[in-house]
Amino acid sequence: MEIRCHRISGGRATGPALVTKEPISFLGTVDPETGVVVDPGHQLYGRSLGAKVLIFPGGKGSTVGSYVIYQLKKRGAAPLAMINIKSEPIVAVGAIISAIPLVDGVAASLLDLEDGTMVTVDADGEMVRVEGAD
Amino acid sequence: MHLSREEERAYQGELGDGLRRAMEILVVLGDIYGADRLIPVRSVQVAGVSFKTIGEAGLEWIKDLRGRVVVPAVLNPAGMDLSRWREMGIDERFAEKQLEIVEAYRRLGVSPDCTCTPYQIRPDLARRGDHLAWSESSAVSFANSVIGARTNREGGPSALAAALVGKTPRYGYHLEEKRIPTHVITVDSDLKASDYGILGYIVGKEVGDGVPRFIFRKRPDVDDLKALGAAMAASGSVALYYFDEDAPSAPKGSEEILVSDKDLQEVREGFAPDDEVEVIAIGCPHSSERELAEVARLLEGKKVERELWICTARAIAERRADLVAKIERSGARVFCDTCMVVSPAGDRYRKMMVNSGKALAYVPTLCKMKAAYGSVEECVGRATGGV
Repeated sequence: MEIRCHRISGGRATGPALVTKEPISFLGTVDPETGVVVDPGHQLYGRSLGAKVLIFPGGKGSTVGSYVIYQLKKRGAAPLAMINIKSEPIVAVGAIISAIPLVDGVAASLLDLEDGTMVTVDADGEMVRVEGAD
Repeated sequence: MHLSREEERAYQGELGDGLRRAMEILVVLGDIYGADRLIPVRSVQVAGVSFKTIGEAGLEWIKDLRGRVVVPAVLNPAGMDLSRWREMGIDERFAEKQLEIVEAYRRLGVSPDCTCTPYQIRPDLARRGDHLAWSESSAVSFANSVIGARTNREGGPSALAAALVGKTPRYGYHLEEKRIPTHVITVDSDLKASDYGILGYIVGKEVGDGVPRFIFRKRPDVDDLKALGAAMAASGSVALYYFDEDAPSAPKGSEEILVSDKDLQEVREGFAPDDEVEVIAIGCPHSSERELAEVARLLEGKKVERELWICTARAIAERRADLVAKIERSGARVFCDTCMVVSPAGDRYRKMMVNSGKALAYVPTLCKMKAAYGSVEECVGRATGGV
């Protein structure tokens, strides 16, 4: 299945989906050294964001979150790509400065996707491809 | 958003990766906020300077950046006085990281003036009608409301992107229609200088991110306005307000708020100083020359018994070394490049007394200290052993 989307941060990547219906505040919620979600109140508690295509509604919280995304990328613990329903400035800026492909403008039904489904994000071509789903 | 041919080339990476990333930031923010195009800015003030706020993550990003700013750019306050940090009780490790941050900005061509009041040291950075990309909330408020320039409140990366490109997306406070008053605030009180911080503290909570239009009994002076705007930007997120008669009028049906002596008195009493006060800090936003002179006069012939810090911009302290010497003769200290809110120096104390509505809002949350409020006379009085 191919879905049109809107480029926020350029690039292209393929990986297994990690999906949450909750917004993410990168500062405080994610360990910047390991990429593991350390906030027990978050749906993704205990999960690692590394090497995943992270699908979530959008960001929230402190603007320092942009720098946390950058630190994750340098540690090799960042998502391969990210998909938002609607990006806000913290995650958008974080993705751009970290060269992580990020798109938004997809239907909210993408948040029902099963974890582990292979997803390709082609931000430059403004297209998301979901394996096996037609 | 429409891009010129030159901007499009930068966006596509034809002018290097640094500019591409900077353009991506501006284009994305422009798209998110519905800007139609980029506009040139006169100057940039970059947030994200104190190691206390941006940490290791922010430092790494700035160190990795390549490029050169194309418009004048200055910095927000750092986490310490860049030369007298030892006297502030800052540890070696923090100091090393903080100096690295400032050095990394300097390499990009950003001037290492660390102040929340760039308008007090460099009037050329902002004139009426100029578009700017400034970050610090009180500076943004002053630029929009007192100078009559136009700026949104930028984050660290978006301000730096604006400095590298020399432009910012045209949305928000750059647009006439976003600068219309939303609230009318009638102040039914003869305000003293120390009332403006309290007034701002009250009104910011009421109007949130609105645009208040004040009706005063008499016109506030420039330091009053600095204090008022800073407090509203901290207790709320007010980035623009009006204070004189030729302000645009608020549309019919706008919310009207009356602030009386009783309202001011209530907040004052809630934050009245007591014996728990261990440290007193003046200079949020950074003290002007006139405010330094006032403190010097109040301290004449006295010795402090409690820690008293006066925060200002380095350029002002250097310009008025005579006032600094007078103040420090009392045992008080004049710190530059930093303030009580962004420095960890206050962390070892339990309660801080301030004369700033902005500091009153932030000291309990960002510094985890209790806060008390008083006029500059009361602050100096408490520091020199009075009650």
